[in-house]
Amino acid sequence: MLDALDILLQANFWAATIRIATPLIFGVLGALLCERAGVLNLGIEGIFVAGAMSGWLAVYLGLPLWGGVLVAALVGAGFGLVHGVLTVPLGLSQHVTGIGVTLLATSAAYFGYRVAFPNVGTPPRIEPFPPLDVPVIGNLPFIGPIVGQQTAFTVLAFACVILVAFVLARTPLGLALRAVGDNPEAVEAQGLSVVGLRMGAVMAGSALMALGGAFLTLSAFNAFYFGMINGRGWVCIALTVFASWRPGKALVGALLFGALDAYQLRLQTITGGAVPSQIFLMLPYIFSIAALVLVARRADYPRALMKPYFKGQR
Amino acid sequence: MLPSSGRDAADLSRPGRGSRQGNRLRLQLMHPDPRPLVLSLTGITKRFGPLTANDRIDLDVRAGEIVALLGENGAGKTTLMSILFGHYVADEGTVNVAGTGGQLAPLPGGSAEAALEAGIGMVHQHFALAENLTGFENIVLGTQSLWSTRLKRREARARVERLIEESGLAADLDVPVARLSVGEQQRIEILKALYRDVRVLILDEPTAVLTPQEADGLAATVRRLAGRGLAVIFISHKLHEVLALCERVVVLRGGAKVADRPTAGADRATLAELMVGRAIPARERPPTTPGASVLELRAASVGKPGQRDRLEAADLVLRAGEIVGIAGVSGNGQGALAALVAGLAAARSGEVTIAGAPAGEADPAGRIAAGVGRIPEDRHRDGTIGALSVAENYVLETVSEAGNQAFGFLRRAGIRARTGEAIRAYDIRCPGPDAAIRALSGGNMQKVVLARVLERAPRLILAHQPTRGLDIGATTEVHRRLIAARGRGAGVLLISEDLDELFALSDRIAVVHAGHLSPAMVAEGLDVRTVGLMMAGHMPGEAA
Amino acid sequence: MIRFVPRERTPLWLTIAVPVGSGLAALLLTALPLALSGAPILDAFRLMALGAAGSGFALAETLTRATPLIFTGLAAAVAFRAKLWNIGAEGQLYAGALATVALGAGLIEAPAYVLLPLVLLAGALAGAALLLVPVLFKSRFGADEVVVTLLMNFIVLLFVQMMIEGPMKDEMALGWPQSAPVLDEATLPKLFTGLRLHWGLVIAVAAAVLLHVLISRTVWGFRIRAVGENARAARYAGLPVGRSLALVGLLSGGLAGLAGASEVAGLKGYLTSDLSPGFGYAGIVVATLANLSPLGVVPSAIFIAAVFVGADSMSRAIGVSNYLADLVVAFALLSVLIGGLLTRFRLVLVRREAA
Repeated sequence: MLDALDILLQANFWAATIRIATPLIFGVLGALLCERAGVLNLGIEGIFVAGAMSGWLAVYLGLPLWGGVLVAALVGAGFGLVHGVLTVPLGLSQHVTGIGVTLLATSAAYFGYRVAFPNVGTPPRIEPFPPLDVPVIGNLPFIGPIVGQQTAFTVLAFACVILVAFVLARTPLGLALRAVGDNPEAVEAQGLSVVGLRMGAVMAGSALMALGGAFLTLSAFNAFYFGMINGRGWVCIALTVFASWRPGKALVGALLFGALDAYQLRLQTITGGAVPSQIFLMLPYIFSIAALVLVARRADYPRALMKPYFKGQR
Repeated sequence: MLPSSGRDAADLSRPGRGSRQGNRLRLQLMHPDPRPLVLSLTGITKRFGPLTANDRIDLDVRAGEIVALLGENGAGKTTLMSILFGHYVADEGTVNVAGTGGQLAPLPGGSAEAALEAGIGMVHQHFALAENLTGFENIVLGTQSLWSTRLKRREARARVERLIEESGLAADLDVPVARLSVGEQQRIEILKALYRDVRVLILDEPTAVLTPQEADGLAATVRRLAGRGLAVIFISHKLHEVLALCERVVVLRGGAKVADRPTAGADRATLAELMVGRAIPARERPPTTPGASVLELRAASVGKPGQRDRLEAADLVLRAGEIVGIAGVSGNGQGALAALVAGLAAARSGEVTIAGAPAGEADPAGRIAAGVGRIPEDRHRDGTIGALSVAENYVLETVSEAGNQAFGFLRRAGIRARTGEAIRAYDIRCPGPDAAIRALSGGNMQKVVLARVLERAPRLILAHQPTRGLDIGATTEVHRRLIAARGRGAGVLLISEDLDELFALSDRIAVVHAGHLSPAMVAEGLDVRTVGLMMAGHMPGEAA
Repeated sequence: MIRFVPRERTPLWLTIAVPVGSGLAALLLTALPLALSGAPILDAFRLMALGAAGSGFALAETLTRATPLIFTGLAAAVAFRAKLWNIGAEGQLYAGALATVALGAGLIEAPAYVLLPLVLLAGALAGAALLLVPVLFKSRFGADEVVVTLLMNFIVLLFVQMMIEGPMKDEMALGWPQSAPVLDEATLPKLFTGLRLHWGLVIAVAAAVLLHVLISRTVWGFRIRAVGENARAARYAGLPVGRSLALVGLLSGGLAGLAGASEVAGLKGYLTSDLSPGFGYAGIVVATLANLSPLGVVPSAIFIAAVFVGADSMSRAIGVSNYLADLVVAFALLSVLIGGLLTRFRLVLVRREAA
């Protein structure tokens, strides 16, 4: 029992919390950007895979680490373009298209990996982002080790939270994005392009999702494994509802999820095999469902979410 | 469209055309208008398949002028304005707009941005507001470069406040629009246009959602704005408003312009004939003796206390053989009342009796079984299922009854045959019982709903905005059927925003405001102004 | 500029041409990644075709693979008809397989004519029960069923792993995590000796026909269609919306559960955690390709199965990864979505004239 509480006092636990949360921060930000503009993007799971694979492959082929990050973002934006074209101007079912994009991105990533490495036993590795070496803070007790275990990629995630929050709240662009997810006619009537705004949001959001994947292969691990995303994308969709489409709450939700996941991993070692490991592995998914069910009634969905808009149809 | 009136229409259109030319000539000879032209449409034509929505329409508008665009639903008003505002592209014709220098230049079609740029602003009937943004945010939306890194609030704010001062359009700028009243939302819409320095302001049916008193306030604002040189196009089908506010009236009928004349010297009767294309027959409403009560509300409350559209301790008795009209600006409790009668909601407190039995829980199927016929407010959303066929929609409420199924299997031949009968009896224009209902016009769709409701000879009929968006022919048909049902002994609860409709059909009229339902007053001899005051919340007694 | 003009009626030839064309388009699109991988394109396609339908044996393999896809395709079709976004067929399939093994591997001993229907029914019920959870969450709490069904797939798979590594583990399997095999009495007979094709296919096709009749000819089906097309109007008209959705949940989950039951009872004999290579997700593609028509699901499932079987065979022959099959499937889904526009709209070319 004491051991179970002790976990909370370990710097390692908090460092793991942030590490687990980082890809989710990217994912939830990406999903909320798409949904704020009125487009549900279920391509997220596949875009995570594609981002993880393409960013890693770029670095493996010789690009610098930040070059890999950029490649992942571009690949993500590319799949965002596919999802956007089908759902925005063509107005196709966002559910089915999203599943299609996930299938496409996942199989493209796996096929690409197999083309690049037809017959390897152990996955090839790269040199991932190094831990941060922050002056002053790095030497603080407790805080120091937590920060010292993170990488610059995590800092990028936190920066993205601030950036997305600022854009949505304080800029003309953010105003237009919030409006287009509520009432596209209002946006059209003010001379702005509904298609342009939605396409832009979906592409930018998809780029962020891909960064979530790339974090796993470029920072958390150093290789690409099949099945490494394992539902993280779907978790982000649930967390987006939990965060009521606000970047600040998205950060809180992702950290909370990270803490729960890090906690169950440690609890698993404490219980020493008395409980089947699968029970612990189920917990994150159960948490996500619980979070969704808890907030669903009160959730303030963007009014135009999943409603295609066709010009001149009023 | 109206086969029975074809001859009348032909007879009337000739003098109509003639007088139009006459007016034009007189206007040009006697009053060369010194004010500069700001907008000139020539030969605008727009076709949708076989339908010609706009047929070679010409329209000139001068600075400071208030022009009425008058016409029935389907006459082409909205299409014309949508072309002007870039929602549609005209098949033929040109739009010329005065630039800042005053000279006319062609406006590229199909772009709302170009229209805004050229100084054309439009306030739609259904507001184009993002409800999650504040009034201020809606006004500045799209007015600053999307790529600028900050929203410049201070200057924008000062400008909006100056506009409010000059125009008298007061509205709370800092709460989400969803929380504003309809009148306030409309003022935000007009401010949006003014903020963009419009020279031409189009108001599409602006008074449809206002009380008569609010409408007067709007008229004063429009006059003030016109006095400052703004050209206003006022779209309406309410003749008294047009005559009171506008100096010139342009009448559209069946997509063509049939009149363009000063309002001075025009009267309601001639305008009505021009608009409808024939003399409007007086409605025959034979007297009936009301029978037993079919609907009784005793201190019935519906909806949560914080909700806008709710009913608080409402009392109402509706008897067999009478029509009781419910007047009020929409969103004041009509929705709650309709939901209660339709069986979508249960009363929170109080007693509700339908045809002598307590209403109980929310149960649409139970209401249908109890003999309540329901005509919903929105036939697309609640009344029909677009992808299903006319026949399937016709039996939507009765599909599990013996005539329509046997052992769980649909009796398709029987359903089709009975739908065929309804199609003939109600003159529903459609390719057949198997056609998807979404292919039908609004009027024919409403006839399917009407046939479904009346087939069961209901004791109580809920008619919620039964003629909204219908042309005059379909409207007349709906009214005729409702009056016939009343004659047969049905009680009709008519909820409408159209005071003309309420006064034409109702035996008694009650007014709902902010959830409070007034006692029902005998319609005969009731003053429209009294009803208007009550719609604005001045219940009699309080006012005195 | 191209304008979409809604069609009042879809010509019959289009309803067939669009899915067929989409399948062909998907294959064509796959030529691109094939070329990137440096494989001989025409050879690869020829090998795929031969592998899928080049012999009686190949055809039987394709139909064997199509069997679970018909079930999951029907599961998606009936759910999507009612706008119940069940993306959890994968989990429901495993739940069905688990129930089949739990009852069929010796717990109950009975003659085949009792045990076989029993284990199949158990599989269907397990799948149905699993889908009732998200349906309940949706109607009670308004929780979006997409995310819940998706996440439940992971939970169920973990649960299956736990069971076959723990209580249900076959001690005879030399340490491999797999369940004990089902009894002979709980095994679906083969259709032909020497081939893997089993009676599951017959059940699947019968299910497609029954579902077609149910949806187009019965009051239940009428309600399902009405709720799916416009739930608000259905509720207004007094139709039992909640009950109809629950029925759809039972049907959809049950069909997905049958997929798992038929794989265990007809093909594998025991349960492993790689029983399904994504049959649940592929079912969505099958259903979309069939335009959600139960009868259309059968040919559409055979096509997708042919792609998988053909790609496997080609992959063995020339060493191109069989993930190519997943690419074809994804392309097919996106193509048919776009192609579906043609069945709902006429494309009209309009010249935008300068005003």
